[in-house]
Amino acid sequence: MGELRSSTINFGPQHPAAHGVLRMIAELDGEVVQRLDPHIGLLHRGTEKLAETKPYNQSIGYMDRLDYVSMLSNEHAYVMAIEALLGISPPVRAQYIRVLYDEITRIRNHLMWIGTHGLDLGAMAVFLYAFRDREDLIDCYEAVSGARLHAGYYRPGGVYRDLPERMPEHQQNDRISAKKLKRLNEDRQGSLLDFIQAFTDRFPGHIDELETLLTDNRIWKQRTVDIAVVSPERALQLGFTGPMLRGSGVEWDLRKKQPYEVYDRVDFDIPVGTNGDTYDRYLIRMEEMRQSVRIMRQCIEWLHQHPGPVMVDDPKVAPPRRENMKGDMESLIHHFKLFSEGYSIPQGETYQAVEHPKGEFGIYLVSDGSNKPYRLKIRAPCFVHLAAYDEMAKGHMLADVVAIIGTMDIVFGDVDR
Amino acid sequence: MSTQTTIVEKVQEILGSAVVDMTTSKGQVTLDIVKEEIVRVCTVLRDTPELAFEQLIDICGIDYLQYGEGNREINHTGPRFGVIYHLLSVTKNHRLRLRVLLDDDPPAIESVADVWSVANWFEREAFDLFGIIFDGHPDLRRILTDYGFIGHPFRKDFPLSGHVEMRYDEEKGRVIYEPVTIEPRTLVPRKYAASDDQPATQNREGRDG
Repeated sequence: MGELRSSTINFGPQHPAAHGVLRMIAELDGEVVQRLDPHIGLLHRGTEKLAETKPYNQSIGYMDRLDYVSMLSNEHAYVMAIEALLGISPPVRAQYIRVLYDEITRIRNHLMWIGTHGLDLGAMAVFLYAFRDREDLIDCYEAVSGARLHAGYYRPGGVYRDLPERMPEHQQNDRISAKKLKRLNEDRQGSLLDFIQAFTDRFPGHIDELETLLTDNRIWKQRTVDIAVVSPERALQLGFTGPMLRGSGVEWDLRKKQPYEVYDRVDFDIPVGTNGDTYDRYLIRMEEMRQSVRIMRQCIEWLHQHPGPVMVDDPKVAPPRRENMKGDMESLIHHFKLFSEGYSIPQGETYQAVEHPKGEFGIYLVSDGSNKPYRLKIRAPCFVHLAAYDEMAKGHMLADVVAIIGTMDIVFGDVDR
Repeated sequence: MSTQTTIVEKVQEILGSAVVDMTTSKGQVTLDIVKEEIVRVCTVLRDTPELAFEQLIDICGIDYLQYGEGNREINHTGPRFGVIYHLLSVTKNHRLRLRVLLDDDPPAIESVADVWSVANWFEREAFDLFGIIFDGHPDLRRILTDYGFIGHPFRKDFPLSGHVEMRYDEEKGRVIYEPVTIEPRTLVPRKYAASDDQPATQNREGRDG
């Protein structure tokens, strides 16, 4: 019998359970993790430096590509930072649209998370159910922005355009029967808001389905209960935010504590855990989806009753109307200037944070008075959570390492920036 | 949520001479801290019950080399590098920003990893991207850049296109590094607003009628 039990193994950078490009050096004693050293940066694109070489409004697209499963939340922090420096605030209707879309994004993110987290721990079916609903939310993105993933929908001063009056329908083709087409288009007969309304009506039932598969499932509980327990003190020390912090029993949600946009006008609850383990964080995210549905319903109701502008009436940041550009040379020049040279922002600095589905996503923006950011720092929640990986995994079995990646809800676009 | 001014007054009262300057921008306060005092300041901010900054939200480096370059109205003189700390109190619900300016070469400051564990990776990142040395850091390695990377990419004198590019070489059968072949270019020049700048559309509105 060999006495040597300790071994060092390499994990990744390409591994289905790594949720992206994570390389990890694990020191093991038998099957127990002694030390984990994540090597990150394989997806580092220098977003901050790129943004420093472009006018403010040309970097919105880069924000989508940070955390590429919750695009609009990233954009939100960025446009909020620009708005803070410019001293403008978007019209109330745009704020409601942003809140509505932030919550759509939250559900999208959590569905992606529960799907992959389940897949990592051997629950295959969850993935399929989660992606069924995620598809509808992708359609909501597509209806407002034309893009299914990287929307680019939020702009400094509002949103790109108002919600469409008609929801696009599926088209007839050879692969789809007339019966199926009718079923697919059932919810698409009205406006986008009606489509989202129908989604909020059926989705709570679908969360119940997901919970039926997992919450009382013996295998699921064996894989998650008491895994990666973080005490509230350590969670604060480790800079945890979002569901990771709430899982440890700290009641902290920027939407409630430091409300931005119209979050102070909508009703919702913050779920808080007690044990700080993977199972609690799972329960919190499931409950967050229900709360998001609640917020979405209130937004839909308000948006139905209050038509109005969705872009601030400040020609310095808002592009001219397309119709004007057709006949008016000044508007054409104005449009060209706005999208090539951009606008200069007064000297100053600001830090703006939003409650991103993964935690606190912040943008620290320094302007020296020119048309490009002098310094842009992205405070990414995933980076902070991954930093705690070693501490969370220590003493656990190798198989739990993937459970911990899942519970941190890591996306490498966000970690590496 | 207590107001920013009361917190700042309290901080200044407790810290005294460690705070050298205070600037307010868009309602957010930045305190400039003496470099040597940073660990003491952070510990005090964390442990004073009225302030209770339990969380360090962010640390980032900044390079002031080209700050306001080409603009006669802004004349930035002073240390080239800075480190910026964003603090958050969960119990008191307030935020604070600290800034330390570093004038030595290479820029160096004491690590706050013992005050907040989260500082570990943030400081590694600032070291990697700006070359700021954090004394007393437990494990100051590069974090985001490639293995064997030379230079600190977020410094303002580091070109956007970098110095090397890599490709797979068929003959050698491995990945090789070569000097970069793309030329640096500026798509949009830096432009400062003139102080009497009119909103671009006032003329437009006039024409529309």
